[in-house]
This record gives sequence, structure tokens and C-alpha cells, in this order.
Amino acid sequence: MTSDIHPRGQLTPTMDTISRELANIEGTSGRTTIGSRHQRSILYLEDVTVDFDGFKALNGLNLVMDYHELRVVIGPNGAGKSTLLDVISGKVRPTAGRVVFGQATDLIGLWEHQITALGIGRKFQTPSVYTTLPVWDNLDLSLRRRSKGVYATLLSRVSSEESDKIARTLQTIGLTKKARVLAGQLSHGEKQWLEIGMVLLQDPALLLIDEPVAGMTDQETRKTGDLLQSLTDKHSLIVIEHDMEFVRQIAKTVTVMHEGTVLCEGPVEYVQNHPRVIEIYLGRQKEPHASV
Amino acid sequence: MRKRDDALIPENDQPTNRVLAGPLFWITGLVLLVGIPLLNLLPDDSPLHVSDFTLNLFGKFFAFAILALGLDLIWGYTGVLSLGHGVFFGLGAYAMGMHLMLQIGAESVYGNALPDFMVWNQVKELPWFWVPFHSFWFALVAVILVPMLFAAVFGFFVFRSRIRGVYFPIMTQALALVVWLVFNRNETNLGGTNGLTDFKHILGFSIHDPATQRVLYALTVLCLGLAYMLCRWVTRSRAGRVLIAIRDCEQRVLFSGYSPASYKLFVFVISAGLAGLAGALYVPQVGIITPNQIGVLPSIEIAIWVAVGGRGTLSGAIIGATGVNWMRSVLTNHVPELWLLVLGGLFIAVVMFVPTGIVGLFRQTHAKLPCWKIKIPGWHR
Amino acid sequence: MIRPFAHTPFLRLAVLSWCLLGLQATGWAQVSTPPSTSTDRVGTHEALTTLAEGTWTEKTHAVTYLLQHGDPSLLPQLDALRSTANRRVRKLIKPVITLFRNQAGLASPDTETRRAAARDLGVRGTREALPVLRNALSNERDHWVRYDLEEAINLLTVEYAGPQDRLAAIQKLGDLRSDAALPVLQELADQPASTLEQHTLRNAAIEAGRRIQKWQEIASGIEILLQGLSLSSILLLMSLGLAIVFGLMGVINMAHGEMMMIGAYATYVVQEIFQACFAPSFFDYYFFFALPCAFVVAGLVGWILEGTLIRFLYGRPLETLLATWGVGLVLIQVARLIFGDLTAVQAPSWLKGSAQVMVGVQLPHNRLFIILLALFCLAGIYALLFRTGIGLRIRAVLQNRDMSACLGIPTRKLDAYTFAFGSGLAGLAGSALTLVGNVDPELGRNYIVDSFMVVVTGGVGKLAGTTTAALGIGTLNKVLEPSFGAVYGKVTILILIILFLRYRPSGLYAQKGRRLDS
Repeated sequence: MTSDIHPRGQLTPTMDTISRELANIEGTSGRTTIGSRHQRSILYLEDVTVDFDGFKALNGLNLVMDYHELRVVIGPNGAGKSTLLDVISGKVRPTAGRVVFGQATDLIGLWEHQITALGIGRKFQTPSVYTTLPVWDNLDLSLRRRSKGVYATLLSRVSSEESDKIARTLQTIGLTKKARVLAGQLSHGEKQWLEIGMVLLQDPALLLIDEPVAGMTDQETRKTGDLLQSLTDKHSLIVIEHDMEFVRQIAKTVTVMHEGTVLCEGPVEYVQNHPRVIEIYLGRQKEPHASV
Repeated sequence: MRKRDDALIPENDQPTNRVLAGPLFWITGLVLLVGIPLLNLLPDDSPLHVSDFTLNLFGKFFAFAILALGLDLIWGYTGVLSLGHGVFFGLGAYAMGMHLMLQIGAESVYGNALPDFMVWNQVKELPWFWVPFHSFWFALVAVILVPMLFAAVFGFFVFRSRIRGVYFPIMTQALALVVWLVFNRNETNLGGTNGLTDFKHILGFSIHDPATQRVLYALTVLCLGLAYMLCRWVTRSRAGRVLIAIRDCEQRVLFSGYSPASYKLFVFVISAGLAGLAGALYVPQVGIITPNQIGVLPSIEIAIWVAVGGRGTLSGAIIGATGVNWMRSVLTNHVPELWLLVLGGLFIAVVMFVPTGIVGLFRQTHAKLPCWKIKIPGWHR
Repeated sequence: MIRPFAHTPFLRLAVLSWCLLGLQATGWAQVSTPPSTSTDRVGTHEALTTLAEGTWTEKTHAVTYLLQHGDPSLLPQLDALRSTANRRVRKLIKPVITLFRNQAGLASPDTETRRAAARDLGVRGTREALPVLRNALSNERDHWVRYDLEEAINLLTVEYAGPQDRLAAIQKLGDLRSDAALPVLQELADQPASTLEQHTLRNAAIEAGRRIQKWQEIASGIEILLQGLSLSSILLLMSLGLAIVFGLMGVINMAHGEMMMIGAYATYVVQEIFQACFAPSFFDYYFFFALPCAFVVAGLVGWILEGTLIRFLYGRPLETLLATWGVGLVLIQVARLIFGDLTAVQAPSWLKGSAQVMVGVQLPHNRLFIILLALFCLAGIYALLFRTGIGLRIRAVLQNRDMSACLGIPTRKLDAYTFAFGSGLAGLAGSALTLVGNVDPELGRNYIVDSFMVVVTGGVGKLAGTTTAALGIGTLNKVLEPSFGAVYGKVTILILIILFLRYRPSGLYAQKGRRLDS
């Protein structure tokens, strides 16, 4: 606890001390008890382990994310980055550990679509869109709705409010002119953008984005970076990325993963100068010849 | 501003035009529904006369077309290939067949109230599950509900297990095999290898009377039209687009908050119901149903009807089912040993060279010749 | 019951009548001492004549004489006699013929014949068979012939010997777990017992019967397992090729069953050629030529199929499935046009008969051969995959096709070879199937769904998975069959597989973890 605790034996604390204490508890609770900490966090992972027949893709991983945070996760191949997203989005069930979303929603045991409905959106590394449907329909299907059950969709009609939303998103992703084009006929970059648009229309509280700028031109990359940053006033984001240039552009906090655990966490400069990170990325420092 | 937004919305999203198809649908429907039976009424020597045999044949084809519509929903639209639809067709057909068997009554060969094969197998009492089929209305409900229920149970386990890709066809094929084996057994009291046949009456009318057959034909065309409208309604709804989305990228559907398993189950059950209806219309017109008509080969054949006509188009399913079966009846009449070769060749050729089927080919030509402005049913999916 | 001749009043009557007829009766009275050959021959000759012409009583005596003094050389005469005699006489001389025929059988060089003879004597023989059996036992070396001889001796002892010997024989039958003894023992157990001796016998019979029954339960269990193993081997042979192709290319080959059919017909053609062109003594070896032939022909057809059809359909598994089904239809129809509907392949003689595994459990040679063939193929594939360069490449493509292609592995070529190899394996399976059934154009269709089940249950691209699944499904089939019947057994298995896939959607040994293509 903090040093501001009132001295023992003082039977009647003054109003002043009480209010100071209250302020203290609020201010420092994140560091003191986990329970109160994740009331402020959107995502909270504790001791998550994923065991693939002996291979531990995640190994006792802990991660806490705040609302409106843009977190970039980096790490060498096989560090478990994508598995982390799989666990959060429900694609992979962890062998052990807890995954809590928002106030107290335990994600473990839920299906992917249930997790999505709770407000977690996911964008895949390779663009996954509905190739034989027009761009408009792609977006329309992704739109957040009260119910996405069979009967609701069978009987639903287009509301003008919804088409406005879709039209706005079309503008954001720059595909307004291609609204009626089949998604399969779009270019790679356009598909990436379309998928981002689809995920945005889900209006998720938390976005999981796997290598968004892979295969994009420099200009597209910059544009994507701007878009992602602008999203933080409404959403929280986890972005997996390899492109360090891009990471520097967008990241406030970077999490470095290695062998299924978090190696270190902090601002870009801190992480880049962390000796263990350098060791992992550039080889062993103890053998300087090997790294050259 | 609003106007521009509307222009963005693809055509099939407009609330109108979701069920009722274009004029070609209505013209074709009317010709088939009224015209052909009228031609059948013409005197035999008239050049336009349609024989009882032909009428009956086309009644059968249209029953198959309903079956093909069902399979098209699950395969053409949703991308889930079922090789067990013969089972659902068979359940409907057997349900109707059981009612017709009981209608024979004392007119049977053995003069017994029990169906002949039961007398033959020394069954003394009508098995419990036969009893309600005395009622025509029960049979009518069972014809659709039994296949749907069966599909729901099977589908629930299979789709929940996330069995997909080629695993699903394999599982359904195993289902077809197993059901075929069970229907072949005598102790299941379903007529064994010989199936159900020798029907005499339906609702008191003689089943062999040309007038009865005309009515049955018209009923089949009517049901086909209704089935077409139902499928159109489903595929043009947002749910229909979810089905296509599942075909394109199931993972994205899952991560857009839909449960693909529920949608697949829904469409599987609907399509099983259509198959059951087709079976029920088939039986009184053909006069026999045996396990061999619902086994592994007939089940996989349905897929080729749909593929030949054009997957993912409703008109394609109808055209394919009618066309392939017409070809079969011509070939088996003239060169029977050639039919299997042709069927096998069709499987290969359609998959290799015309993956979009007849309707797809037609659309390509249409795209090249924009002056053709004929509206084909199911054209603008 | 045949009662001892010497104790009947007929003895005196018979001797008298024979004397009156002026026939030599020296040999007749000597019941216990072995007769000399010379008198024997005369005696047997006369006995035969009597059988043909004498009165009924004389005939019975003649039969008794023959049983004691005759030998298998009389068989032709007895057979001739039987063909002319009436039914009563035929019945009368039947024990004699049984004895001699089996006596001849016991002298046969073939163990199976000796065993059959011993078993037959045990059930149908008379007391006169005992010395014959004992004599055979003392000269016999083969374990299972000895077993049958001992069983027969003890069976006859129980029937004809004194109480002391009977008790020992009953116990011995129990030791032997003799199947044939069960009715005899049952009869003994059912007889009312008044004296202590009878009680002892009865209790011994009940005890021995119990032991035998217990053994039979175990034996039938083992037999079922063996049948399951045999079915599993067939399933394994069929699924191996299917699983490899599916694992490597994601292609479900619906014409796999027809590759089997081609293998079976290749075997048939090789057999026909051998029958037409080679000496009959050479015929038995045709199977050694048929196996590689089936492999090559089916592999060739597979290679052509891959080159002309499947390579254009990669990445479209459902379409491939339909197209290959079409290929299957065409192949079936072509086979029907060439070969007709039903053809039987004659198994080589060394694959007829069966091997005794233990008391009460037999394994037919053809089944044993199929089990061995499946093991051989499994070992061969294992060696190919894990001990050769090409296997290494196949495994590389299996894990990551694009990466392998980048590393310079000719993946398309590898696909073609693998497909041909898988088809060849199906050909082998088809060849093996000719040993257990007829060859017809739809041969493959009977098994194909089962082998798909094996592949689905086993999981993609794991040899161990396919093997385990084949063993599991094959054995389960045979285990469920006695209580459920074959059809409902299959229904049960399908339900079990569906439930199983609910928990392991990608099969037994699926690669867990994130896959690049998912």
C-alpha cells in the first residue's frame, strides 16, 4: 500500500485524511488489486495457456488493456501473436487461464459469433470478404444489429438509418463508387479496406487487427495508420504488426511477445532498447560474432 | 440525399420483387399448369395431343425439380453439399406411400386389410407407426414434417460439430447408405427391397384414372411454383445473403456475429421439407417407391441435376432436374447401357467445362448480347 | 447303442450258423487278438461276400468282423457294395466305411485331412476305432492333429470304456476344451445318477462341460476380434490410398472404389492368362503376378485420371468429389460392358483352408494373407514416408504446400505420383478382395463409404490415425454384429462417428494448432 496510510492508533481520522485515502484508493487501485483493476480495463487476460499437443503456443500470458487504447503486439514468428487473437475471439479455447471482457464477461466457453455480438471485431491477415456478393451487401451483412438470428434476418427490411451508416462507411473506406461491384473483383488493398469497413460497421468496443498493412503500398499504409489512430476515440484496438515503421507511426504502447508470454511492455523507444528484445530479434548478444 | 442512397442499394435489396418473379415465370407457370393438361384433353389423333404417359412423365420431372430446388438451397447457395437428400425424398415418398398402401385395403392380392408384403412376412397386426397413416391429412403433414424433423436431428449434431468441407458430403452419403440398408430390411415393415407399390386409390379416386393423374400433375406444378416462390423469398432476404456469405467465407460470417451452424441447419431443414414434398408428389404419379430410388446413387444424382442447370440459381435447379431426367428417359428407352456412361460423363463435363451450368452459360451469352432483355426467372439473384 | 458283440446271445447262434454253412470262422471268435494277415484276408473276403448275400444276422456279424479285422484297402469293394445294397444294408455298413475311410485319412500326408479324419472318428466312430486312433497318435507329430486325435480317443473312451477310464477321459476332455465333447457331456450330465460311481461321472461331466463352455465364450470373443482384425485390414488397405491422397491434396477421390475394382479385374485377367497359357501346376503362383499387376494397372489409371481431370480441379474439393464420382460411374459401366456382371476369381490353393490359432479359433488363410498384406503395405508406406527422400518431400508438402514449392519441390509432380500411388494401393486392395468375394463392377461401391468413414475418423494426413480408425471401425463392426445385426451395427457406428466428430471435428490425430490455411 501507499505511504499515506494514516498512523495506527489514530482512532478518529480527520475528514481530510479520509478523503485523501479515498483518493488514494481510487488512484492506485489498479496497481493494488486485480479485481478493481479490470473494472477499468476492457480486456483482461490472466495466466492464459494454450497447449497444442505439448507445444505451448501461449504460456501463462497476462495482458491488460484499457479503454480507448491502441496496443501494438510485436514478436518474432511463432511467438503466439495470432493465437492471442484466436483466444480473445474464441477461435481457440485456452487450456488454462481467464479471459475477461469489459466489466465481468468471461469469454471462455463462448462461441465466436457470441463473442462478436458482445463487441469484439476481428480483421484477418488475409482479406476475408464475401467474393460473390456486392460490396454493399458485404457491409450490410456486417452491420451491427440487434439480432443476427435466422428469423430476424429472414424478415428484416432495410431501414434508411442503416443504409446511411453503410453509405458513410463506404465513404470512409473510399469504395462509394464500387458499392455494386462484387467484392471478388476488388484489388487486394481494396479488399483489406472493405474488411476494415466491415469490422467497423460491427461497431465493436474492441478491434483485433492482424497485420493490416501487409501487401499495401506506402501511401495506403499511411492512410491505414491514420484511420486506426482515429478509431481510438470510440474503440480499443489490438494490432499485430511486423512493419516497425508502421508501429512507430501508430503505437503508444507496444507489447513484445516471445514464446507464448509477454516479454516486455512499454513505449516504442523503451521496447526498442530493451536488451532482451534486441537479443531475440538480432540473435544472442553474448555471441557478438553470430549476430553480425 | 436519400435518393442517392437508395440508388446504392443493390436491386434485390428492394423490398418489392422479393417473392413475385417476372412475367416469364407467370407465363411459363400458367402454360405448364393449365396448358399441358388441356393439350392432354385433346383427342388422341390431334397433332398437339400430349399423351397420358408424357403428362405423367413431366409430373415426375417437376417433382424432381422441387427436390432439386431444395438441394440448390443448401448446395448452390450455402455451399454445403448434401449427398443424402435421397433420404429426405424417400421419407416423404414412403410417408405418402404408406397412406396409399393402407388405401388399398381389402382389394389387395391376399384380400387382407394389411398390406400384401406384411401378409407375406407374416405380420399379424399393423405396426404402430403405420396406424396414423390411415388419415390422409396426417400423411400430408408427415410428408413434410418427418423429413424436416429427421434433418433437424441429423443436422443439429453434424453442424454443431462444425463438420464442413468434404466431411459433410461424406457423412450424408453414409447416412444415405445406412438408411438404404435399413429400408431394405423386412423387419422394419417398410416393404423391404420391393418397397411400396400396387396403389389403387387416392382420396377415393382411382389412381390410374387419367383425370386423377392430370390433377396430380397440376398439383405438382402448383407445388413447384410455390416452392420456387419460397426459395426466392428465402434467397432474396438478408438470410439468403448470409447463406451466400457462408459459401464465400464462413469464417467472416462467424466473426460478423452470425452463427453459421444455425443458418445451415435452417436451410438444411427447409430443403429436407422440400425433398419430402417432392417424394410425396412422386409416389402417386410413379406408383412405386423402393429403397433403390433413395439410396446413394440417386442421392448424388440430384447434385448433378443442379450442377447441369446452374448452381445458385433457382431456375437452374428446375431446368437441370427436368432436362437431365428427360434425357434419362429418352436414353433408357433407346440405349439403356449408355445411360450410366452419359451420366458419368455429365458429372465430369459439367464440373470441368460448365461449372455455372446451363443458366450460367445463358447469362454469359446474355451479358455479351445486351439487346436481349428477356427476364429469366431467378436471373437477377 | 452298439453293444459288445461277445455278450449277446447272437454270438453262439452266429458261430453255429457259420459252421453249418461250412464257412471258416476262425477269425471271428478271436475278438481280442490281432489276426494274422493270411487268415485276415480270407476272413475279410468272406465277410464281404456275406454282406452281399448273407442273412441279416450274418451281415451284422460280418460287419463286426470287418470293423475289427478289415483295413482301408477294402474301401473300393465296400463302396461298390454300398452302391448296390438297399438302404438298410447301407446303414449297416456305414460304420465300417466311416472307420476305413478315416483310417485312410489318418494316413494321409496332409494335416488337414488327418485332422478331419480324427474329428470324424471322434464323433461317428465305434470302439474299434480306438486302436486305430491310438496307433495314429503314437506316430503323429503335428500339434493340432495330435489334439484332434486325443479328443477323438477320449470321446470314444467316454462312450465305450469302463467307469475308471471314462472318468479320466471326461476330465481329459475338459482339459482339452473339446468342443465336440459338449453334447456328450451334456447327455452324461442329464442322466439320472443313483450310484456313487454315476454321481462321480456326472459331476465330472458337469465340471468339464462348464470349463469347455467358459472356454468357448473366450474363443468366440477372440474369433470376433480376429474377424474384426480381418475386416480392419481390408478397410485399412482401402483407406490408406484414400487418406494419403486426401491428406496431400485435399481431394476426396470418389473413384477410389473403382480403382479397387480395376485391381480386382486385373487379378482376374492375370488368372485367366495363367489358366490359358501355363501348366496347371504353375497356376497357384498367379497371385504373385496378379498383385503387382493390380498395383500397376490401377496406379496407371490413377495417374491418367490425375493428369486429365484432377489437376484442373485443385482447391475445389466438392467439384472434385462429383467429377470423380462421374469417373467411377463410367468405369463401372465400362467394366460391365467388358466383363459382364459377375466374375469369380479362383483363389490359389495355398490360400484355401485355415490356420488354427487356438482351440476353437480358426483363421482362414485368405484372411491371414490380407492381414499380412495390410501390414506390409502399412510398413511400406511408413518406410516411403519416413525413410526416403520422396517421403520427406511429401511430408513437406503436406505441412506447407507453398513453402515447399518455394524450396523447389515439384509439388504438382509429387501430387501426380502420390495420386497414382494411392490408386495403386486401391488396386492392391481390390486384388486382395478377390480372395474373399466375387468380382463385380460395383465391387468398390460396397466398401467405399466405410473407407471414407475411416478417413474422416482418422483425421487428415496421419498414418496412425487412419490405422487406428480402421482398426476401431472394423472391430466395432464385428463386435456389434452378433447382438445388433450387420445393418443396425452400421447405423450404430454412424451415430458413434457423428458423436465422436462432435468432440474431435477433425478426427483422431488431427494436427492441433493454428494452421496457415485456416
